[in-house]
Amino acid sequence: MALTGIQIYKFLPKTNCKECGFPTCLAFAMKLAQAGAELSACPYVSDEGKAALAAASKPPIRLVTIGAGEKKIEVGNETVMFRHEKTFVHPTGLVVRIKDTSSADEVAKTVEAVKSYSVDRVGMTFGMDGFAIENASGDSATFVKCVEAVSSKSDLPLILMSSDASSMSAAVDRVKAAKPAIYAATKDNIDQMIELAKSSGCPLAVRSSDGLGELAELTEKAAGAGVDDLILDPGVRGFADSLVTLTQIRRLALAKRFEPLGYPVITFPGEGASSLDEEAVLAAQHIAKYGNIVVIDCFSPAAALALITLRLNLYTDPQKPIQMKPGTYQVGEPKETSPVCVTTNFSLTYFSIAGELESAGWPSWLVVCDTEGLSVLTAWSAGKFDAEKIAKTIKGENVAEKVNHKNVIIPGGVAVLRGELEEELPDWKIMVGPREAMAVGGYLKENWKS
Amino acid sequence: MPDVEIPLEKWTGKVKEVKIGGGGRKEVVVGGESTLPFLAFESSNPNPPKIAIEVHDKEPTTWAAPLLSAWGDAVKDPGTWAKKAVEFGADLICLKLLSAHPEGGNTGPAEAKASVEKVLSAVDLPLIILGPGVAEKDNEVITAASDAAKGQRVALGNCEEKNYRTIGAVCLSDGHIAIAKTPLDINLCKQLNIMLSDMGVPADSIIMDPDTGALGYGIEYGYSINERVRLAALGGDAMTAFPILNHAGGEVWRQKEARASDGVPDAWGDLEERSIIWEAVTATSVINAGCDIVVMCHPKAIERIKSTIEKLTGK
Ligand code: SF4
Repeated sequence: MALTGIQIYKFLPKTNCKECGFPTCLAFAMKLAQAGAELSACPYVSDEGKAALAAASKPPIRLVTIGAGEKKIEVGNETVMFRHEKTFVHPTGLVVRIKDTSSADEVAKTVEAVKSYSVDRVGMTFGMDGFAIENASGDSATFVKCVEAVSSKSDLPLILMSSDASSMSAAVDRVKAAKPAIYAATKDNIDQMIELAKSSGCPLAVRSSDGLGELAELTEKAAGAGVDDLILDPGVRGFADSLVTLTQIRRLALAKRFEPLGYPVITFPGEGASSLDEEAVLAAQHIAKYGNIVVIDCFSPAAALALITLRLNLYTDPQKPIQMKPGTYQVGEPKETSPVCVTTNFSLTYFSIAGELESAGWPSWLVVCDTEGLSVLTAWSAGKFDAEKIAKTIKGENVAEKVNHKNVIIPGGVAVLRGELEEELPDWKIMVGPREAMAVGGYLKENWKS
Repeated sequence: MPDVEIPLEKWTGKVKEVKIGGGGRKEVVVGGESTLPFLAFESSNPNPPKIAIEVHDKEPTTWAAPLLSAWGDAVKDPGTWAKKAVEFGADLICLKLLSAHPEGGNTGPAEAKASVEKVLSAVDLPLIILGPGVAEKDNEVITAASDAAKGQRVALGNCEEKNYRTIGAVCLSDGHIAIAKTPLDINLCKQLNIMLSDMGVPADSIIMDPDTGALGYGIEYGYSINERVRLAALGGDAMTAFPILNHAGGEVWRQKEARASDGVPDAWGDLEERSIIWEAVTATSVINAGCDIVVMCHPKAIERIKSTIEKLTGK
């Protein structure tokens, strides 16, 4: 939560000496509040003031990184309870649990299935984010072997799960450089786990099932010892208790700025569910309501697709709707004779027209113009969907080479562009389609002769 | 141990309670919330979300394979279909008069009346009755439906900006509930509620359908509009303080993810599993955002959401 100019002003010397380049301390404070200046421009702020300002401008939920390298998971830094207030920022990490009691074969199979899992949505590629390896055997050597097996086959980030500090230490030792998360410090082992987190520089998860007070006590202890990258497990596993507790943690962090709980939260929906689809539904609840890392027990492509999609949807910035990558998309398996339709790159516009073409049984070429994510009419009135843009996209996409005709259908909402478009694309016949996507099937039946 | 004081929101508004059914028919009460969904530590929300099961007045011709196999021959007749919906755990029946669509049969008031009567006599659950979603046709068939269901307090829709006068008047004269439908916009939603209230539709006779979207197809809009409308209601705005209805089933089963088994990437997994999860995840998203009545289709997704609601409300 950013400070207001007045709050910042309180920490300034109030001498109006102008050395910062502003006429008054207040003017400087106002600029600071808008992030238009650096505090260091004033040579006279006391150390105390600096510290106070730094503390006050600290994000209410710490950003925590699991893993190193390109595929690292970053979670936290959320600033709102509801996505419409601003946006959710760091998408929930979706991690698959592997137990060290599984056979080497099973482990290899799961690792392969998870790491190679990838889906395309709106022209982008998504997958699962990591593995949680649990020391279910209770045996140190078995745990280390399993961690080595997973890390030798995949470079996805790891969460190491063991309550035994020496097993954990042995495992962390093998994969230290990859910065795995250590799960978990509890009141019984916290001192050793803090030491381990400190010496390895790895993030530390803290678990307590005895209420938020005890959880806060443990995180304060860790933070006091210099371990700042913490992850919370409040020990709740069911639908109702996890919704309530995760809501309370988010509220405490944001509304009360309660620092001991200002960290990302990890959840285990598989422990609160008795079937694959129930786990998926609970995981969905955690994506919507305040889980930052969700550990999945039953990995299945269908459920993964649903969860990845929900995460993509809910973490979209409401100010910046989901956009399709501009380009030519195929609906079904279009041929040379199939219709060519032009649309915008607002994902919902694209999905509705593509869906209608598909369900009406018209394989087509769908040419998506870059309208910066605006829908047909909004883009048109903002000047981002005009004849020039459409013509440029048709030429740039070499649409003429994909088909043996010269007919292009534009949305009915921009019928006015027809004349101009005929000038821009002299050898094409410009057809004006219906205003509503829903009517495209009927329109093609009447007007498209192939 | 640090003292953790849980922040409580002091909401000033409360959602109106709406009773559907009566006149010999079972009654269901929705609404009445004085906090966000399932936050029992803050206040008690007296009525858990309810599940309405979709029943059509004609056999579906474009239904996805997983739906057809789950419902079997029951979908050939609205009465049999509704009975089966009771077996599958419906709290309400949502009868869609789709055959009245100009491109789907264009049937009229007489057929609508017959379908409504069939369902009314087949089951004793409260009813939601929707037209085909084309304003003029909705007026025609909903007027007939309203008459057929007189005295049994059903919910009627769609009641949109274009036809709210007709549907509102029908609800007023026959003592039914209007389903006020608006397209994902809190201001339009509020405006329609104001217009209905101005013409005399009582506050206990409005349910809002602020539009839903499906997972992957705009659920973020449906989710946020629910939250915005509900927050406004709890904040004291009486013109958004009505129960919310969402169509999880109808939205999901149109999408490729619920329909396609061939020609999709391996990463999409098994169709049956995927389609059921798709509907269940869509439904769970909206009930966590304030939905009071979720309209659904697949028995397995329905079973999942029923159990989810029970767990969320500790029942
Ligand atoms: S340099 Fe510091 S003390 Fe001088 S005017 Fe700027 S803010 Fe005030």
